[in-house]
Amino acid sequence: MGRVVMVLLVEDDPAVREGLQLALRRQGHDVHAAGTGEEGVEQLRSRRPDIVVLDIMLPGIDGFETCRRMRALVEVPIIMLTARGDDFDVVAGLEAGADDYVVKPVEPRVLDARIRAVLRRTVSEPSSSERFGDLVIDRAGLEVTKNETKVGLTPTELKLLLELSRTPGRVLSRQQILEAVWEHDYLGDSRLVDACVQRLRAKIEDVPGEPKYVHTVRGFGYRFGPK
Amino acid sequence: MILSGLRPRLMAAFAAVTLLGAVAATGASYATARNTLLDDAQNQVMDPLKRRVEAFVPRLELPPTQEALDEFQSTLQANAVVVYQDKRSRSGFDPSTIVPAELRTAMRTSQTFLFQRTIVQNTPMLVVGIPVLYRPDDKGTLTASGVEVYATAPLTQPERAITGLAQAAWIGVALVLPLALALALFAARGVLRPVRRLGAAARALGAGKLDTRIDPRGSDELAELARTFNSAAEALEASQAASRRFVADVSHELRTPLTAMNAVTAVLDEDAPQLPPDTAVAARLVSTETRKLTKLVQDLIEISRFDEARNVLELDEWDIGQAVRDSLAARGWTSTVDTDLPEGITGRVDRRRLDVIVANLVGNALRHGASPVCVVLRPSYLEVSDNGPGIAPEVLPHVFDRFYKADTARARSEGSGLGLAIAWENARLHGGTIEAANRPEGGAVFTLRLPW
Repeated sequence: MGRVVMVLLVEDDPAVREGLQLALRRQGHDVHAAGTGEEGVEQLRSRRPDIVVLDIMLPGIDGFETCRRMRALVEVPIIMLTARGDDFDVVAGLEAGADDYVVKPVEPRVLDARIRAVLRRTVSEPSSSERFGDLVIDRAGLEVTKNETKVGLTPTELKLLLELSRTPGRVLSRQQILEAVWEHDYLGDSRLVDACVQRLRAKIEDVPGEPKYVHTVRGFGYRFGPK
Repeated sequence: MILSGLRPRLMAAFAAVTLLGAVAATGASYATARNTLLDDAQNQVMDPLKRRVEAFVPRLELPPTQEALDEFQSTLQANAVVVYQDKRSRSGFDPSTIVPAELRTAMRTSQTFLFQRTIVQNTPMLVVGIPVLYRPDDKGTLTASGVEVYATAPLTQPERAITGLAQAAWIGVALVLPLALALALFAARGVLRPVRRLGAAARALGAGKLDTRIDPRGSDELAELARTFNSAAEALEASQAASRRFVADVSHELRTPLTAMNAVTAVLDEDAPQLPPDTAVAARLVSTETRKLTKLVQDLIEISRFDEARNVLELDEWDIGQAVRDSLAARGWTSTVDTDLPEGITGRVDRRRLDVIVANLVGNALRHGASPVCVVLRPSYLEVSDNGPGIAPEVLPHVFDRFYKADTARARSEGSGLGLAIAWENARLHGGTIEAANRPEGGAVFTLRLPW
């Protein structure tokens, strides 16, 4: 990664905030920190960071609400910090629009790897655009249009769509998708895939309940293919 | 020893009480009925006889002639004989063969009639003796005249009735006894079922199932006991829950400062070479111990989740051999561990939890055993063995205990002390087991069996 990545860290505990800030700076990132969700949303507006690292347990508006407000503003990638094994937090956070999550106590190396993986999702490919039904996917310009209208996708949603549409009609397992899109190791959390597919469907399908583009293959994974 | 159980004791007591009661009751009524029957029979014989004797006596002169004795006998209209000293009426039986000697002796001085029951030729008989009395000088005292009348009457009829009575009594007892035993069995069951339930519940409680409760049916002492048991179990459960809650809370509280500390350990490590020697040592120490503490707190939180039953299985079909290979590779153990992981053994497991089990078992073998550490997969089990000193027999039952240290004097090991406990909990969540044992050829072996 040639350029310096700007990270917005939203964390209420001063010690954790300072520690993570120091660690991320050491990894070569430009880090800005916020102590509350409101402050985080404000900084997102003013600083336009490349990525947000968001704690779920926040005073005032919590991490979920902060995540939703940030999503409404820009398609910035969001990695949330959750308590270990608090599954409710993970599911709710993913539903609120987070791209990935890291469990506390955070290993700075792991957090850095996730940040870099998320940012790699916005790498364009030398390829012409393809049409699938009403959907046009421009791999070079990293743009998706539906009925001539631009669809606003987050980098993760875009990468997911690119991976799925690369082999229309072929079934990809959650594990394969996790490795391709999230660059997770062999024990990734398949709920990331399910949550992201839900969000993608909400944006590209006519009726999210009756998908035309991203089909579920029960118990295995997903298949791309306009009818 | 035969009567050591509550059930046989209760049944024996019931049977004894029933038998005693039945025998006493039937015995008493038998005796009464028998006497009444015999009295009736005697009266039937004696009353007419007495009347006839009294009717003849005024005509009798003393000493009586043979003819008088014969005539006396003929008026009696019974199987009787009249005796006077060594004379006796010509008709009638021979008293010496039928009348018992003691009755004849008693008759000599008796002033009233006597009778005795005896058996003659297997027939029950009533033998009656009546002494004839007179007043020598009309107003003097009554004196035995020496004339004695003996009569016999068969007692077959009343005897048969008495035998029938006795039989009925025995049948009654025989019928009541099984009834009593059945009643005893019923009562024993009524007492024993709650006792057995209580026993099973106490065993379950002892085995650590603190949510064990008994349905305290009824309002007797056993129900009271059940209620007492329940409140004791509740108190135990509450106190355990409180201490576990405390551990969970402490772990969660520790997590935030540890996150902050853990974030900067890499900085300490990186900069240590540029620090003054003592400060460098201190920095590395803080960094190392922070990581250990982090691992410990993570393990504590994990075990708390097991205690609160908040862990769920995410089952999927996996190739077990491949999953184990991946777990080993992810930790850089591929070249340190000998493996025999045939392909094609698949099963429904939670792969993340299988990974935790494998990591903890192999990690434990690498820390405490000697190489080669060997991981072998077979269709029904996964085995992790080492060539170390093995596990001491007294330690074996405790290897999966939390924070169990084989040697109290031993220094803190690298692990959190919870690794094997977590592995065991993960196996149990699958409905499986892990067994620890020593190999005959030396070294410890852990065998994981999951219902895959």
